[in-house]
Amino acid sequence: MREPEREPQAPEEAEARPGLAARLDRYQRAGGLVTPLVTTIFAFFVGGLVVLVITGKNPLSTYLEIFNGTGLNWLLPWETCAHPCGPALSLQQTLLQLTTLTLTALAVAFAFRCGLFNIGGQGQYILGALAAVQTGIWFESLPALPHVVLAVAAAALAGAVWAGIAGLLKATVGAHEVISTIMLNWTAVFVVTYLVSGPLFDPVAEEAGAPPITEPVAESARLPVIWGSALLQGLHVGLFVALAALVLYWVVLNRTTLGYEVRAVGLNPDAAAYGGIPVARRYVAAMAISGSFAGTAGAMDILGWQHTLDETAVTSYSQIAFIGIAVALLGRTTMVGIFFAGLLFAALQTGTSTRNLNPEVFRPELAGNLTEIIQGLIILLVAADLLVLYLWQARRRLLRRRLPEAAS
Amino acid sequence: MPDEAVVLELRGITKRFPGVVANDAISFDLRRGEVHALLGENGAGKTTLMNVLYGLYRPDEGEIVLGGRPVAFHSPQDAIEHGIGMVHQHFMLIPVMTVAENIVLAAEPARAGIFLDYAEARRRVLALAESFGFAIDPDARVRDIGVGQQQRVEILKALYRRADILVLDEPTAVLTPQEAGELFAILNVLRREGMSIVFISHKLNEVLAIADRITVLRRGRKVDTVPREGATEAQLARLMVGREVLLRVEKRPPSPGEPLLEVRDLRVLDDRGLEKVRSVSFQVRAGEIVALAGIDGNGQSELVEAISGLRRPAAGRILVAGRDVTGRSVREIIDLGVGHIPEDRQRRGLVLDFTLAENLALHDYDHPPASRFGLLFPKRLVRWARELLERFDVRGGGPLTPASALSGGNQQKVVLARELGRDPDVLLAAQPTRGLDVGAIEFVHRQLVEARDRGKAVFLVSLELEEVLSLADRILVIYEGRIVGEYGPDVSEDELGIAMTGGRVAEAA
Repeated sequence: MREPEREPQAPEEAEARPGLAARLDRYQRAGGLVTPLVTTIFAFFVGGLVVLVITGKNPLSTYLEIFNGTGLNWLLPWETCAHPCGPALSLQQTLLQLTTLTLTALAVAFAFRCGLFNIGGQGQYILGALAAVQTGIWFESLPALPHVVLAVAAAALAGAVWAGIAGLLKATVGAHEVISTIMLNWTAVFVVTYLVSGPLFDPVAEEAGAPPITEPVAESARLPVIWGSALLQGLHVGLFVALAALVLYWVVLNRTTLGYEVRAVGLNPDAAAYGGIPVARRYVAAMAISGSFAGTAGAMDILGWQHTLDETAVTSYSQIAFIGIAVALLGRTTMVGIFFAGLLFAALQTGTSTRNLNPEVFRPELAGNLTEIIQGLIILLVAADLLVLYLWQARRRLLRRRLPEAAS
Repeated sequence: MPDEAVVLELRGITKRFPGVVANDAISFDLRRGEVHALLGENGAGKTTLMNVLYGLYRPDEGEIVLGGRPVAFHSPQDAIEHGIGMVHQHFMLIPVMTVAENIVLAAEPARAGIFLDYAEARRRVLALAESFGFAIDPDARVRDIGVGQQQRVEILKALYRRADILVLDEPTAVLTPQEAGELFAILNVLRREGMSIVFISHKLNEVLAIADRITVLRRGRKVDTVPREGATEAQLARLMVGREVLLRVEKRPPSPGEPLLEVRDLRVLDDRGLEKVRSVSFQVRAGEIVALAGIDGNGQSELVEAISGLRRPAAGRILVAGRDVTGRSVREIIDLGVGHIPEDRQRRGLVLDFTLAENLALHDYDHPPASRFGLLFPKRLVRWARELLERFDVRGGGPLTPASALSGGNQQKVVLARELGRDPDVLLAAQPTRGLDVGAIEFVHRQLVEARDRGKAVFLVSLELEEVLSLADRILVIYEGRIVGEYGPDVSEDELGIAMTGGRVAEAA
């Protein structure tokens, strides 16, 4: 019998006799959207309580102020603004953050799908930034497009190598990737800080007594700004690189043999090995691909708006990679989830930045803390997402139990 | 008036889960001093019913009557207080604690209110064990004792909490035949002492060996309750499955051809570097089933892992259809025509969170038609899967159902479909019916015999003597990593049993 392209039958259609695992799986999938939403709402609720207790202000008006600070209000049809348009500038910042967060989250998510926890986004980001800045300085005679492509490729490769080290250690001697990636973060921080304040220190800046910073990249290596002004840190094309990376992530995982292998190893390494997949080699590949996402994130920031690499970028701004962990987990390592989680965290970062928040509403030095409280809660709750699931189920059990009683 | 001897009655218990009725108006009664078996296939509702009794689930309808009075249990604690003890399939013991500590846990004799009075605990445990004639060392740590002993600790734990109703959930699943015999001896003692025992099982011979009455469940409904006298395996199997079941495989005499699998002087080490396979040599020819019989842990797993490429042999050679595959990768060996039904389908045979289509492609995703130039074509996987699922009669889901949603028997059918669907020359079947119910066992056995009749070489590793005897054309016995004997299919079970224990009668524990 030939049946061309009939829609595959749903599980429910078939003989309904699910086991415990099946039911759990169903709950998990139901919780797929519920848990992140509940988690986020709860985090905002607690954040609101903190606002109320500390400042005595109405949390809702504070949140509205933060929302306005993100620039997302620019999208509302009734908002108008003069030139230069404040909300537009803020939204550009939010989208810049989204670019970086998406890529660093993908660095966590891809490894996660292979059963690995890549904490090393920071180090991979730093190496990517270093590769991008050097490539951007060196090949100044190149035309713009090849120069940018070369610099991004160099950054991706640098991130891949850096993460690949951890993958190789895992594959050969079984070193746990959490430990090795954390150590590689510090290695990257110190080595690149040394480079920036020594061999790569821009002589002009050093002469002027400025803090450690490299030379700026050539004009040809800079990403074109598509919205706003390059002088005001406008939005560059990196956003599309990040969106393309999201799509690429989905395609690689779901439409390639490599993705199949990565998922098989991540879900059950024993079965993968039995099926003939070289598990150790896939660990290395998955780490390398993860690292290339983080490396690209570094390149986007350097080529897009920083244009040079300075000490603070290496030691503190690079920590944005850690937020990538939260984004990946809150987004449940799915393409769509990462996008929205990334947008949430990017908006929080911009909305509470001192520049965007009205100091009369909330003391700016506290606003950053509020963001961290919300972020911290989300991370905590994501980690405890089974607990949230449990409470969700308990609520439903309670409802079911009440129903027959009410009926009788 | 209810029967005086009835200690427990379940009346019309109904338990629904979303989309499924796990228990449909089941009634069940238990008399003082009897072993009442609850028999049914996996998923028939046995465990659900007992979880209702143990307070883990609340029934949607029906009631529990204990000693003539209706009761409602809200938690296992409730059930324990009412004298119901349960021994789960997976033991709830703390490995680093001693036997005595585990038994008195949650009801410890205390000194000064807070300190464990270990001497008293030990004394009580010994007294309890003696009164039932159990041999047990109260000071041994649980992690150091065998599975059979651990089960005894679980039973003592229930007795210590003054249980007079004992529920055993598939108690023999983890035991060797010898240990199962010892368990039955213990159950006989308990029965004589007036304990009432619910014995959950899907194994017909066990139920007939120990039970006084047998209640058969099928798809959430009670089919019948029959006394042991006069019950036969065939009758119980029919009640359980709902149709006639062939308990013994019918097969033609073998017509062996060329050797397709040859193992020469193979030595294999385990993860700790201990030699588990010691210079093993044998052949499996086309068109025959060679069974490897032995007690678990005598090197069977390592041998199969070495042949399939999962474990590198320390010495020796493995030939498939005359070609040396020693030290080749798993993928190469698969592509040379070796199919492998692994001994643990959930750990190794399936990626439980993958769909059936993805699972069925586990060996073939990386070449056309499933993929080309590294690009995977999911629709082709689905089409291929639909064909296989139909051919192997897999029920409970379609190509996009996750493997975890299937019952054990259907999961094993998926593994069979994948391995046999590639038409391998050599089939390694490691405990292919472990944990399956009679219907599924029959299916697996028929498939193995059919593969043999199509001229495949089938190498069967089994811990079940019955399976070995009914399937094998030749039987090899492995003991401590060595092949200690070769027999024809007409060897007696006793003779095999003796060879499996190294030619000596097993020392009593």
